[in-house]
Amino acid sequence: MSIEVKDLSYVYSPGTPYAATALDHVDLTVSEGDFVGIIGKTGSGKSTFIQHLNALIRLQSGSIKVYDIDLTEKKPDLKRLRGTVGMVMQYPEYQLFDETVEKDVSYGPKNLGLSEEEIKGRVREAINLVGLDYEDVRDRSPFELSGGQKRRVAIAGVIAMRPRILILDEPTAGLDPRGKKEILALVKRLKETSSPTVIIISHDMDAVAENCDKVALFSGGKIEKVGAPREIFYDDELLLRAEMDVPTVVKIVKEMEKKGVTLGEKPVTRSEFLASVKRWRNG
Amino acid sequence: MDKVVFGQYYPTDSVIHRMDPRIKLLAIILYIVTVFFLVDYVMYAAIFLFVLTITFIAKIPFKVLLRTVRTIIFLVLITSIINLFFTTGEELWVEWKFIKIYREGVEHAIKLALRLILLMLFPSLLTLTTTPMELTDALESLMSPLKLIKIPVHAIALIMSIALRMIPILMEETNKIMLAQKARGADFDTGGALKKAKAMIPVLVPLFVGAFRRADELALAMDARCYSSVAKRTKYKVMKLTVKDLVASVVCLAVFSLVFLNKYLWGFDEMILALFK
Repeated sequence: MSIEVKDLSYVYSPGTPYAATALDHVDLTVSEGDFVGIIGKTGSGKSTFIQHLNALIRLQSGSIKVYDIDLTEKKPDLKRLRGTVGMVMQYPEYQLFDETVEKDVSYGPKNLGLSEEEIKGRVREAINLVGLDYEDVRDRSPFELSGGQKRRVAIAGVIAMRPRILILDEPTAGLDPRGKKEILALVKRLKETSSPTVIIISHDMDAVAENCDKVALFSGGKIEKVGAPREIFYDDELLLRAEMDVPTVVKIVKEMEKKGVTLGEKPVTRSEFLASVKRWRNG
Repeated sequence: MDKVVFGQYYPTDSVIHRMDPRIKLLAIILYIVTVFFLVDYVMYAAIFLFVLTITFIAKIPFKVLLRTVRTIIFLVLITSIINLFFTTGEELWVEWKFIKIYREGVEHAIKLALRLILLMLFPSLLTLTTTPMELTDALESLMSPLKLIKIPVHAIALIMSIALRMIPILMEETNKIMLAQKARGADFDTGGALKKAKAMIPVLVPLFVGAFRRADELALAMDARCYSSVAKRTKYKVMKLTVKDLVASVVCLAVFSLVFLNKYLWGFDEMILALFK
């Protein structure tokens, strides 16, 4: 078990007129190798939830365990936790600060207290992993790169810490369709090579359906349902209640049903859809 | 946002909140002047009572108001101590080696501390009960006579409201960036002053870059909507004086007149002491 969250609740500014419940008795387990998609409306508690996993928000009530790190302890080993759980925030390119790409990417590993040599190796590896040419960009200022490149550098800064769990908050926000595709392909590649467990928050239902094998639907600070994409995206009553959109594939299947074509299957990805259409045609 | 900042708007449904911000602003100015005319302890107590009453009417917890004082507690202590030791007078109370404390010094120190706290309390009440937008509207309205001598009152008010609007945005941004760098293992809490200052660089650089980006975008957006500072503009919320504003003005004027009367005509402390004799 890589992450175990039990009965987690959180209230912002408790005891003031601004008090707002962000999380309300949330349970979730994530196993190593999972690709988890977290979906839900804005303000449903998604971001607050993932920030707990990295101890960016202090635990108010409930318990969280990340591998053997117990966050209910008074002083959990934060350094080890942040080396284990890599967090890529929304618009991570706005957090770049150093003079050169190499220096910026080495910020994380340096904070982990690694040796000079180790840092250098990791930085080179991370920059290459995100699809940039190390020799080409290492001495350039991160501020002179293009938007997509900046985001890659920012992700490299997290990857260089070699997290076993990678969390990304809306990694494709504000990108054009091609940039989105590239970043999603990158996340997939990272899952295969460096971080076996990935959690993404996304409003892009197609991306969630295509990539995730487990989906958690947040609504009003609660997890309404956890399950495989097809269990979530074909639960009409749930989606209506949580005011969630569905992947394009599901939309097409529903339209076909209206026209009297019943596939008899519940595809959520494009390839699944094509396969079921073929089967339907043949039989 | 996680923290409630001192002096930040504290929303409750009260008469004070609904008052015309112009009256509130004028009352504050008069109040600040008044505080410097306080003489007798009785009057200090009266003004404290006045402030507490308004806090009560405004339905603001005293705890919230006191929090605003905490930020100046050092200033209060230092100025009081300096006054205690360096004021000379006629009645010597303590003499030890080179330290001489006079009765006047003690009195000065106490009164100065009270004065500073009072100076902090009332204006905090203004920001706790008035939104920044109302404040700038009030300022613009009060300064409008200055338009006659070609002072760009509207532009000044606009700059103020943008600046005020940016404070929470920048704070949120700072918060976000700090979280992001913390996620990358940054440590803002331990180490000496130098190490702490150095740890802030990864926060400040993105913050400034972001602030310039925002300013640029805002200017562009305003331009795109043909914003002009000379055009005649209407307001969403029109300020109007009502009966409660009149009542508030009368009460304030009465309280403040009392202070001036005390300063120039009546000595309340002596009166009370005379009563006990």
